[in-house]
Amino acid sequence: MDALIRFVDVSFSYSSDAEHELEALADINLDIDDGEFVAVLGHNGSGKSTLAKHMNALLVPTSGKVYVAGIDTQNAERLWEIRQMVGMVFQNPDNQLVATTVEEDVAFGPENLGVPTPEIHRRVDEALAVVGMSDYRLHSPHQLSGGQKQRVAIAGMIAMRPRCVVLDEPTAMLDPVGRREVMQTVIKLNREEKITIVLITHAMEEAILADRVIVMEEGRIVMTGTPREVFSKVETLAKLRLDVPEITSLANRLRQRGFDQIPNNILTIEEMVNVLCQFG
Amino acid sequence: MPIRVENLSYTYNAGQPMEQEALRNVTLTIEDGEFVGLIGHTGSGKSTLVQHFNGLLKPTSGKIYIDGVDIFSKGVSLRSIRQKVGMVFQYPEYQLFGETVFEDVAFGPKNMGVPDAELNDRVDQALALVGLDLSLKERSPFELSGGQKRKVAIAGVLAMQPQTLILDEPTAGLDPKGRDEVLSLVAHLHQREHKTIILVSHSMEDVARLAQRLVVMAHGEIVLEGTPEVVFRQAEYLEAIGLGVPQVTRLLQVLKKQGFAVDPDHYTIEAVEEEIVKLLETM
Repeated sequence: MDALIRFVDVSFSYSSDAEHELEALADINLDIDDGEFVAVLGHNGSGKSTLAKHMNALLVPTSGKVYVAGIDTQNAERLWEIRQMVGMVFQNPDNQLVATTVEEDVAFGPENLGVPTPEIHRRVDEALAVVGMSDYRLHSPHQLSGGQKQRVAIAGMIAMRPRCVVLDEPTAMLDPVGRREVMQTVIKLNREEKITIVLITHAMEEAILADRVIVMEEGRIVMTGTPREVFSKVETLAKLRLDVPEITSLANRLRQRGFDQIPNNILTIEEMVNVLCQFG
Repeated sequence: MPIRVENLSYTYNAGQPMEQEALRNVTLTIEDGEFVGLIGHTGSGKSTLVQHFNGLLKPTSGKIYIDGVDIFSKGVSLRSIRQKVGMVFQYPEYQLFGETVFEDVAFGPKNMGVPDAELNDRVDQALALVGLDLSLKERSPFELSGGQKRKVAIAGVLAMQPQTLILDEPTAGLDPKGRDEVLSLVAHLHQREHKTIILVSHSMEDVARLAQRLVVMAHGEIVLEGTPEVVFRQAEYLEAIGLGVPQVTRLLQVLKKQGFAVDPDHYTIEAVEEEIVKLLETM
């Protein structure tokens, strides 16, 4: 099976002026499969947002190719097809909502795609149900909490029937309740709606939910693997100034104290309790 | 310069159809040199509360005393209060406006009437405190990275040399590196510069590491108060009001429940490590 999104030798520079050239992406080769849930980590300036913007042709490579469902993102004639297939949700919930009511906002995308009205109604109903915001359809977006706004933004994407949703730090500005709401929605999209998810985040407790974690540094992919594989490399992550879950970090410290029966890839409290129960 | 709040209530849009009670009968004292973590989820009233501490909001009822002076009594200049109690708002970098970093940082002290001759020193000191290179002074703040912009905004408040500093979610939206830099700056201001710090946050991990005392708010009231140990004992309650306890504290609590001989009153990774080592050595 071909990848849904494919990067082939992709490099990207924000300035084409050779003297000030700043390579934001360098030699990226990456396949994201249909139905996968991929988390992208890396500190600010590592290139992760630049990578995300290549996934729906907001940016196109300086060299190399990006294909979405086999379509070259530099094919300007098929831009709208690509944008419909891959939706983006950004960090700031206040910058993404445009209409005076929630339902109008969700309808905005499909309306622009020229979807017939009865079909738009059906899609809006469905999308709001998926994100759990049906009760708020007539509310004004500015009365909503941050988490609710992000869920409406996600509903707006779903109404376009995308195959992939790319979320760029969607929870960075939210409180713990809002974070949980958004993450539950993201997981539901992936597991129940079978939508491919690319989640850019700094929050390790979010990244451990993914099928695969990619770590970026200076425009390159420097680590890739399951959350368990990636987070077991505590020292490498610390060098990249990234967090690991507190519990993983604790397990690693205990290993250094000589308790090497403790595995280095513990991700949850339950796993740690189970390991400790087997001691003695 | 203790801050004392007595029976403070605040209602947004009082007497109008959209009336909303944001604070209900809050009483709280913050002592000189203290580091207080103020926690609560969005809408709990924590930002509304701190905006009273330097007179940005006027209570619907109740009093605020700074150094024993009722700040809303006649003859008290709010300007002098704001000089003592500096406020770093959420996403303070959105408020940068100067053509240069210097202009931005100098704005506060200049308005306070600091003479031009002294301004340069004030700006240099503030930039040094936040760890920004002085060569950035003539740069436009808009050319800087997100983390640097936030530091410029914080420097702008520090340049007024307030004794008390209130920071409302100072790490929101930063990456782990930026977050660590801002938190160590706050720790430095407390330990070395002996400033009173009020850190508003919904991140338990952040406040647990730094604050001496936690004040937890929910639906406009103070619902829990005490050292981190004392507050984190209420894990279930904290969950119920949309907060949590640090993951490592939760681990000790679960172990204790399952009959292990551990003391669950630890919240930093170092202390929890010692506690588990003790446990494993007896097993």
